[in-house]
Amino acid sequence: MNPEIGQFAILLALALAVYQSASGLLGAGLRGPRLMASASSAALAQAAALIVAFGVLVMAYVESDFSLAVVAGNSNSLKPLLYKIAGAWGNHEGSMLLWALMLGLFGGLVALFGRNLPTTLRARVLGVQGLVGVAFLLFIALTSNPFARLDPPPLDGRGLNPLLQDPGLAFHPPMLYVGYVGFSVTFAFAIAGLIEGRIDAAWARWVRPWALAAWIALTLGIAFGSWWAYYELGWGGFWFWDPVENASLLPWLAGAALLHSAIVVERREAMKAWTVFLALLAFALSLLGTFLVRSGVLTSVHAFANDPARGVFILAILTLTVGGSFALFAWRAPALKASATFAPVSRETALAVNNLLLTSAALAVLIGTLYPLVVSALAGDAISVGPPYFNFVVGALFLPLLLLVPFGPMMAWKRGDIAAAAGRLWVAAGLALLAGLATLALQSRGPWMAAFGIGLAAWLICGALSDLAERVRLFRVPLTVSLARLTGLSGAAFGSTLAHLGAGVTLAGIIGATAWQAESIKAMHPGDVAEVGPYSVLLEDVVPVTGPNYTADQARLRLERGGSFVLTMTPERRFFPAGRSMTTETAIHTTGLSDIYAALGEKTADGGGWTVRLHYKPLAPWIWLGAIVMALGGLCSLADRRLRIGAPARRAVPAVAAPAE
Amino acid sequence: MRRFLALLLLALVLPWTAAAFEPGEALDDPALEARARALSAERRCLVCQTESLDDSAAPLAQDLRRLVRERIVAGDTDEEVLDYIVARYGEYVLLRPRLSPRTWLLWLGPFGALLIGAGAIWWYVRRRRGSPEAEALSAEEERRLREIVND
Repeated sequence: MNPEIGQFAILLALALAVYQSASGLLGAGLRGPRLMASASSAALAQAAALIVAFGVLVMAYVESDFSLAVVAGNSNSLKPLLYKIAGAWGNHEGSMLLWALMLGLFGGLVALFGRNLPTTLRARVLGVQGLVGVAFLLFIALTSNPFARLDPPPLDGRGLNPLLQDPGLAFHPPMLYVGYVGFSVTFAFAIAGLIEGRIDAAWARWVRPWALAAWIALTLGIAFGSWWAYYELGWGGFWFWDPVENASLLPWLAGAALLHSAIVVERREAMKAWTVFLALLAFALSLLGTFLVRSGVLTSVHAFANDPARGVFILAILTLTVGGSFALFAWRAPALKASATFAPVSRETALAVNNLLLTSAALAVLIGTLYPLVVSALAGDAISVGPPYFNFVVGALFLPLLLLVPFGPMMAWKRGDIAAAAGRLWVAAGLALLAGLATLALQSRGPWMAAFGIGLAAWLICGALSDLAERVRLFRVPLTVSLARLTGLSGAAFGSTLAHLGAGVTLAGIIGATAWQAESIKAMHPGDVAEVGPYSVLLEDVVPVTGPNYTADQARLRLERGGSFVLTMTPERRFFPAGRSMTTETAIHTTGLSDIYAALGEKTADGGGWTVRLHYKPLAPWIWLGAIVMALGGLCSLADRRLRIGAPARRAVPAVAAPAE
Repeated sequence: MRRFLALLLLALVLPWTAAAFEPGEALDDPALEARARALSAERRCLVCQTESLDDSAAPLAQDLRRLVRERIVAGDTDEEVLDYIVARYGEYVLLRPRLSPRTWLLWLGPFGALLIGAGAIWWYVRRRRGSPEAEALSAEEERRLREIVND
């Protein structure tokens, strides 16, 4: 397809975004129903134009049109189809177009699903969404044109970085972008609510599904990325606290806080200004992440590919968005009056404490990520802030948070009772203590902290299950009644149980994989045996194999446990001629309770042996299992019937009051 | 996606290998080796972006790891090894910055914010409790109130 069509579609989308913001904001201000309605049409048209633009780019990759600079720089005719497609967002220009596409799609979704919103609110939300679109489409058109041509075109492309040629990474970026960009909708709702001076239970109910959707996507996107790092980088790490990861964790933490505080606004009409602040913050942090990564300030040593103009442009977008929105907040927020009263011990206070700890953790990640930049700018010399800092500070803030999680759902609104909550949690506390003590007794090595961590994970899991048991009055009413109550529970109730349970599962995975991992890193010749954890591993031989666009050395490792054969593992070292680079393809065997992980290193100096890295990681799969459970919890919450009131319904929503929890 | 760019840059600069820490480097004494690994995990690789010394495959990182082991074998304490490396390469190599006036904000900022936030919640909760529009009385409270008034 002709790339100029894509170029034209981008400019068309830009014009539509300008119209969308003008008609939405002016239309709402002037109370012009036709003007406001046209903002919805513009949002849908903008989404369509961006789908066309992105489709043209993907087609250029599929057809290996090397007359496009981005295709020549990031693709290769020999690449498998999936990675040709994924290559479309494996570079700066394409990823920015994906960003803009997501933004356009979210705008279109608001136009589609927002039919039951008050007309002016919907118009203003679309108007703000359009403004953000204008900024990013201008950025693409002026500094990052994905449709720039090469003349003459090269015969073949340079290929996508082989590290990125992986199914996990093909889906990781779009997922993450849905998360980042999803917070633009909560941002738009916050701005629109501030303009209208209307932040109430209905507002919170409209915002919550968007915040949930963004948070679910971020959870899965981060988990995908971490899983990829684990199996692709070849040394068994799953989280590195690098600025790029931190950039995705920041909006996740702010989003988690927002999900909780929005409940308070919805149920009790309190913490309004704070919730609006979080809605602004989550998107500001998404933008900050985009700036940090896209501008290259954090990778300045290797900033050969970065254009300073891009950094300045994104910084301008960031400053305008953050400055403008927080100024509006400072002006309008004092007018937001809460009507609710509640006792110091109550669900409201519990959620406020949850928010305090989550945002403090976010602040720690933010300070740690930016500190080296600030020090080098002010003092002119370099310091590093790495994993030891983040583990300590974020750990110290998460500890009280996780300890308090099971209490939260047990607290009644308005006036809670700590003694009663503790009374309902003694089974969970007992099981957690038992798990901790059993770990202490069973673990042959590893610090006592690990036993404490496992106890904490058990506390989270059992606490979440106690909450569910409490809701269905398990063992206090006949089982059939409990079962009937279970099927009648709201999606939000299941959601919070699952999300808190998932956090416990992930915690257990992190503790297990770090505290009890065993490793064997040694030079092995065919016939050598290495012992790692409960396994013994025999290197049978190393054979050359050929893939579609690479050649590789493949080791055959015979895995035995307790003398009996388990399976043959085949880690590889791949060489990609197109980019002249090597990757490791690890082999992982998982039992669900532990992973055994093998990576093939370099040939030894004598030429007959190979460096073989083996890691035994107890509970490691739980890290990602927990993330999936958390995301499922989010989906349950999203499916809650109450959230659809005020959303489009084919038939009239029955006018029955929602059950109180 | 954000990982992409950093890794892209990294991958282009570094010869990627599976092994970071190489088997030939290990010390024979497991206790000394454990100390060396722990120390390396807290040092920064100077040529790669955010990897620790223990994870990096770059030649300079290998040299530094060897240096750590030399100092340990020579009988240095952990603190002395650190001082030695900081003296040669600067504080940049420390992944856990030392507490100094320059890093007060880094170390104390999050906890300071926690305290301020806790104070704000305390103030907010007190104010909400003291609001004039108090909750309606329960039936039991109504009854007792009537008893008292009627007395």
